[in-house]
This record gives sequence, C-alpha cells and structure tokens, in this order.
Amino acid sequence: MTTLDDTEILLVEDNPNDVELTLRALQKQNLASKVFVVKDGAEALEFIFATGAFARRKMEHQPKVVLLDLKLPKVDGIEVLKRIKADERTRFTPVVVLTSSQEERDVVATYNLGVNSYIVKPVEFSNFVHAVSELGIYWGLLNKVPY
Amino acid sequence: MSDSEALDILLVEDNPNDAELTQRALKKVNLATQLAIVRDGAEALEYLLGDRPKPKVIFLDLKLPKIDGIEVLRRLRADARTRAVPVVVLTSSQEEKDISECYKLGVNSYVVKPVEFDKFYKAVGDLAIYWLILNKSPL
Repeated sequence: MTTLDDTEILLVEDNPNDVELTLRALQKQNLASKVFVVKDGAEALEFIFATGAFARRKMEHQPKVVLLDLKLPKVDGIEVLKRIKADERTRFTPVVVLTSSQEERDVVATYNLGVNSYIVKPVEFSNFVHAVSELGIYWGLLNKVPY
Repeated sequence: MSDSEALDILLVEDNPNDAELTQRALKKVNLATQLAIVRDGAEALEYLLGDRPKPKVIFLDLKLPKIDGIEVLRRLRADARTRAVPVVVLTSSQEEKDISECYKLGVNSYVVKPVEFDKFYKAVGDLAIYWLILNKSPL
C-alpha cells in the first residue's frame, strides 16, 4: 500500500474477494504499490476531496484513475461519480466504473454523468484478472491526465 | 459503409499515414473491426450528427482541417444524441492546454500518439481492445 499522495489508482470496492483479486492482477503489472483501497462511497469522497480521515492528503494529487464499484455501502457509486464530475477541482479525474451490473439504466446514467469508461466485471476468475490488468495498463500508462 | 450498418470505430484523422497505420494495427488485433474514417472535423460532425448508428468509440485527432478536434468534441458533448458516445483523443499534442481543455469538455480518454512506429502500432491495438472489448458502450 502506498502513501496517500502517491496513489495512482484509487480502488473503491466493498467486496474483499474482488479487492484481493484486483490487487493481485495489478501486482502482475507492477502497479499494486500505487493502489489505495477504500471500502465505501463515503470514504471514497473523503479521499478524493481530502476531508475527514484524509484531511492531511493534498487534494491536487488526484489519482490517475478511480476504479469505482456501483453498489457500495453509505454512498453509492453513482452518487460518488456525480460529485466527482460536478466539482471543478475533480472533474478531470478519470473514473472507471467496475461493476457486476449490466443494466442499461446504470450504463446510460453513468455516461450521462461523465464516466470515462464502464467495465462489467467478468464473472470468471482468469477473465477478471485479465480485465483488471488491461485496465491498469490503459489508465496507468496509456492515458494522459492533465495533472 | 451503408447507413444502417453498426459501426465500431469512427477514426477522425487527416494524416493518411496515420490513418493507414491505424487501419493496419486494427487488422492485426483481429477484431474484425467495422471502421469508418473521416478526414476533417466538418465531415466528422456530419457523420455523427446524422441518422447513422453511433460508433462504439471515436478516435479523434486534434489538428484537423475545417473544424478542429476540440470544437468537434465540444459539439458532440453539447448534443444529446452524441453526449454519451465515448471519445478518445489520439493526438501528437502533449500540450497541457489541449489536455486540460479536452478533459474540461468531457473527453473519455486522452492518448498521445507514440512517435515510434512500433509503439504507435501497439498503442492503437491496445486502444481498440480496451474500447471494443473491455469497455461497455452506452449504445
């Protein structure tokens, strides 16, 4: 786990199995050291906006990507996305929804809110690991952010 | 390509070398990609704001004849019919101003064209796999 301000990937995921799988896949790409994990939407917002438990974080150090589950305790993923994209200071931060929901309603709603990408979690283990690796490479290395 | 055929990628690129390289890289990743190419911003808008089915992703160059890429992006995001279509800017510009402006306008991703042939080739392949296989498009 990384120091707060070096975080390149913020993983917002409440399912411990998915967290472990995701970290393992990112480890393969040597990206695991740059990941910070939060378990619910409220914690995600505190991290992003450097408030509460994360008040000592520097807000201008935004991650290269936020991997956001939709079904989350406290504040759900759609609301987290809405707040990130509605704020001048954070709307540039790439947000990728990583969810088991294939519902058209969720897909359309998140694109309309400005999600950068929407990925349905593959059910099968090796496909999940592969998808996360691709994700890590894409947003960690290929995509360019304005900060 | 007929008007009713589903489209995977719309490539907006005026440089014929880059267009050809992109086409070859797509063939190599074997996705049987339905690709359409337009050569300037005006043609891109005509294509996208018409009745044709929307592509799963748009690869958009910035320096374009007639209407530049930033203006194309602005108009796509201002129109309800194209607001949600994923747009990846694929450009040689590394200028902070361009990057910021694109994100401000709601670009999905910004990729700097690698200068070196092999890397360009690989990047286009990775892009296609990401946006056609991994990403779920809203359309």
